[in-house]
Amino acid sequence: MIISLDPRVNRAAIEADNNIEPLKDLDQWETYEVFHQKRRGDQHMHVGIVHAPNAEMALIFGKEQFGRRGLSVNIWVVKTSDVFTTEYDDSDIFETVPEKQYREAGGYKVMDKINKYKKGL
Amino acid sequence: MNTEAIKELLYKMADDLLIIGHRNSEWTGLGPILEEDISFSSMAQDKIGQSQALYVLLHELGEQEPDTVAFTRNANQFHNAQLLELPNGEYDFSLIRHFLYDHADQLRFEALANSSYEPLAKVARKVKGELKYHVFHANTWVTKLGSANAESHARMQAALNHAWNYALGMFEHSTHEDILIAENIFIGEDSLQDKWLSNISAVLLKAGLSIPSSDTWNPVLGGRKGLHTEHLGPLVEEMSEVFRYDPTAEW
Repeated sequence: MIISLDPRVNRAAIEADNNIEPLKDLDQWETYEVFHQKRRGDQHMHVGIVHAPNAEMALIFGKEQFGRRGLSVNIWVVKTSDVFTTEYDDSDIFETVPEKQYREAGGYKVMDKINKYKKGL
Repeated sequence: MNTEAIKELLYKMADDLLIIGHRNSEWTGLGPILEEDISFSSMAQDKIGQSQALYVLLHELGEQEPDTVAFTRNANQFHNAQLLELPNGEYDFSLIRHFLYDHADQLRFEALANSSYEPLAKVARKVKGELKYHVFHANTWVTKLGSANAESHARMQAALNHAWNYALGMFEHSTHEDILIAENIFIGEDSLQDKWLSNISAVLLKAGLSIPSSDTWNPVLGGRKGLHTEHLGPLVEEMSEVFRYDPTAEW
């Protein structure tokens, strides 16, 4: 018998040579991505993942894993398998040539005008 | 206001919450899956917190400090229904008990939100959200397992049958029943049981589970008066072990 400091373990009367059969691969619930919203009107933000057999269970788990500190007003769950992603191998698609300042806010020379105006005061 | 009647009401509610809170916390680290382990443990903490809020009200009515009341009484001084002290058994029983008790608890607090005893009405309004989630959690599990497969259905039905007469014992009459109703402190156990039956029936129907036929109903009474099963003594002993080790310790 396994003897433990935890009385619950002792009560369970577990044989020391107990052969526990490990779960088979994928013999488990699928995962749901959890998004929470801090305030009504805010964007939902991804906060983590839960295992669940259906969306309703994913909601009750998501609430308690990620919303129990009173920081959320709403939760979304989405099946992980329903999330489509780009490949990290393709992450060079986010790179861009630097000679395109006209596409960026910093590319506008408005500060020059502001400074010129300030000097004129 | 009849203080004795209020104290009796507060004691049974607080003791129910403390004992079920402790029982449910015994699942911590042993729950069926991580997410459920965390959820069940978190709700157990809610229950302990709710019991503390009620022990504080009792303290304001002249009873001892909440910790003293919670950790220094003997089993026969507790007023919880026997349902709540029964060992956890397997997860089916723990879930069914959670379902049966939390529906009653939610309705009890809902009624008390309009109590003429304002301090308790205030607590009742504060715990509303927690209770709503607890019932949502219980309904979701019971509905899912009631109809998932033959084994889960059979286990849930057996657990329901086993828990049933103990659950009816939650509605044991107080000796002050008439005063509580007349003074608009509480709606009374009979009204509560009617509302409870109607709420759980709807969910059980959806879950494909049946309430035992009413000719077998035989409420297990006595818990409210300090009469308990042999399971409460060891629970109280384990729960208060650390406190009794040094009752004057500062935490």
